[in-house]
Amino acid sequence: MVTLTAPETHAPAAAAQEGATENAAVDLADSPVRNLNQALHDATDGQSWTVTNPGGKHSLAVGIDAHVSVSINGHAGYYAAGMHQKGEVTITGNAGVGLAENIMSGKVHVHGDASQSAAATGHGGLVVIDGNAGARCGISMKGVDIVVGGNIGHMSAFMAQAGRLVVCGDAGDALGDSIYEARIYVKGNVASLGADCIEKQMESEHLDELGALLAAAGRAENPADFKRYGSARNLYHFSVHNSTSY
Amino acid sequence: MTITSLPQDTVLPAQHTEELGLRESATFDRATIADIQRAAATGVYDIRGWGAKRKVPHFDDLLFLGASMSRYPMEGYREKCDTDVVLGDRHASRPLHLQTPVTIAGMSFGALSANAKEALGRGASEVGTSTTTGDGGMTPEERGQSKHLVYQYLPSRYGMNPDDLRKADAIEIVLGQGAKPGGGGMLLGQKITERVAGMRTLPVGIDQRSASRHPDWTGPDDLAIKIGELREITDWKTPIYVKIGASRPYYDTALAVKAGADVVVVDGMQGGTAATQQVFIENVGIPTLAAIPQAVQALQDLGLHRKVQLIVSGGIRTGADVAKAMALGADAVAIGTAALIALGDNDPRYAAEYAALGSAAGYYDDFQDGRDPAGITTQDPELSSRLDPIAGGRRLANYLRVLTMEAQTIARACGKSHLHNLEPEDLVALTIEASAMARVPLAGTSWIPGAT
Repeated sequence: MVTLTAPETHAPAAAAQEGATENAAVDLADSPVRNLNQALHDATDGQSWTVTNPGGKHSLAVGIDAHVSVSINGHAGYYAAGMHQKGEVTITGNAGVGLAENIMSGKVHVHGDASQSAAATGHGGLVVIDGNAGARCGISMKGVDIVVGGNIGHMSAFMAQAGRLVVCGDAGDALGDSIYEARIYVKGNVASLGADCIEKQMESEHLDELGALLAAAGRAENPADFKRYGSARNLYHFSVHNSTSY
Repeated sequence: MTITSLPQDTVLPAQHTEELGLRESATFDRATIADIQRAAATGVYDIRGWGAKRKVPHFDDLLFLGASMSRYPMEGYREKCDTDVVLGDRHASRPLHLQTPVTIAGMSFGALSANAKEALGRGASEVGTSTTTGDGGMTPEERGQSKHLVYQYLPSRYGMNPDDLRKADAIEIVLGQGAKPGGGGMLLGQKITERVAGMRTLPVGIDQRSASRHPDWTGPDDLAIKIGELREITDWKTPIYVKIGASRPYYDTALAVKAGADVVVVDGMQGGTAATQQVFIENVGIPTLAAIPQAVQALQDLGLHRKVQLIVSGGIRTGADVAKAMALGADAVAIGTAALIALGDNDPRYAAEYAALGSAAGYYDDFQDGRDPAGITTQDPELSSRLDPIAGGRRLANYLRVLTMEAQTIARACGKSHLHNLEPEDLVALTIEASAMARVPLAGTSWIPGAT
């Protein structure tokens, strides 16, 4: 069920005015998502929004490209803060599939759980999930940093290219399958590693970067309690001898 | 493929095989024998570019009837026969309005040189049509030179960013490609230069395999939500296409429309690729001719034919092919392989260099290899400098004009004042297979196998 409104219901002019105040309140029980997103796209740096009654609607606060702050009080549907840049989005509730997908910069923080494909293909910025994340967390990540307070599901960091994934709980099956150059830090148990993903030595540079990531996420875990995982780089070139590795 | 240094115990003197009464096997022909020998020598499957090379029912198997007693022709060169097309006006506030229905298909920077991408943009813009990015992001060269640029949204999301998304004139969500429905992209290490690697966030020189499934949606219900997100990000301005590789085009088209697509792109199995396993290219997917009527049927059943536009690709070479695709119900077509040939791919003037690579002009398909003598499917600076983007763009513009004028010639002969007025009733088929697939009668009969 797509909860987006049709384009005929645009009211961008009114929405822009709505966003002109320093801290605008948007109640999604009686205002369409379209108006919120249009206001965010028309925003200037320094503005902030408080969104109430999100009701699991999809595509909340997508395509932000300014240093704005958005607080969503309640549950968000698919693609909350999708393709996020520069600003900060906080969700006090759970987030649906594709949280902060393809995030470029800025910060997205979920005080709750996130569904599948959190921060998928993210190129930069920081995504913090206080609770658990579902399957495919950090799939195809390209530079984003992800900190998950709880557990993550199977096939997380699949084909992860760059960036850091920090998991304070456990990781599901096939972690880091076909991983490229991303770094994974897990404190708890890893159900299984995917193809070409191996445990690696924790050096001081890794402890330092992990400490900085935990601090940025507002967490108190000790970096020394984590293990590091990354690519064995054995599948970077086609070889007949790898035919049983996949 | 390339035949290189296979071990030979003895070399037989050249003879006239027919005179000797030698018989070549239809099952084990020379290409098949070479494939087996290559596999035995190397232990890896053949990866190549181009599309399906096997013979399949195609536009060549259709003919136009032309005007007669009951149908009036248009005067060639005098009476107007329009060719423009509007794409994406179902939901987008800023649809594309192209001057010719022949568009340029998605081909990546990475697969192609920056000069080739620029040439495609120049040629397309000169005649008022669109060009398309590929699995590697948008380059400033192609954005700068393309009046209408379609930005592909692929499973890999290489180089995907919202700034480029907002710069795009249309967004094409790619589910599949005719050369390999169900397969992801592939770019071998020799083409992953620093610039290509940087755009894709990958190490230089690795063999890169693109994902075949989108990372954050699965199935048509998710796709509807994904399309909603892209519309929200672009403020409902930008048309959204959904591209499918022809396999089950009736259902895929219907589901793409249901998910909210403005335009559906159907790519048949003759559609090209820069690098795919030969076994995949030749054995997966259905011919373009078989795909069009199914896609059109889906649109008609939904009451959205001509409202959701259909772009067809895969083996378009001539204005006759353009006219036939449109008569079967397409709103526009896309060319890839033919556009590269117009730029200079497989040009006989490079005969000696093709021979040195174990190939020949007219046969060269090692686009994955990065050593293209024509400087098109390469990242080698010296080779790619052989393609002058201005001259290449001019050749492509010439070719696009010829395609358009040829299609007009046929449309006028059929009495049509616009290419869109061509209809299946203008066509007959030369073979039973083509008749069944295209759903037009066998020439000289009223018979359509499976329908009448």
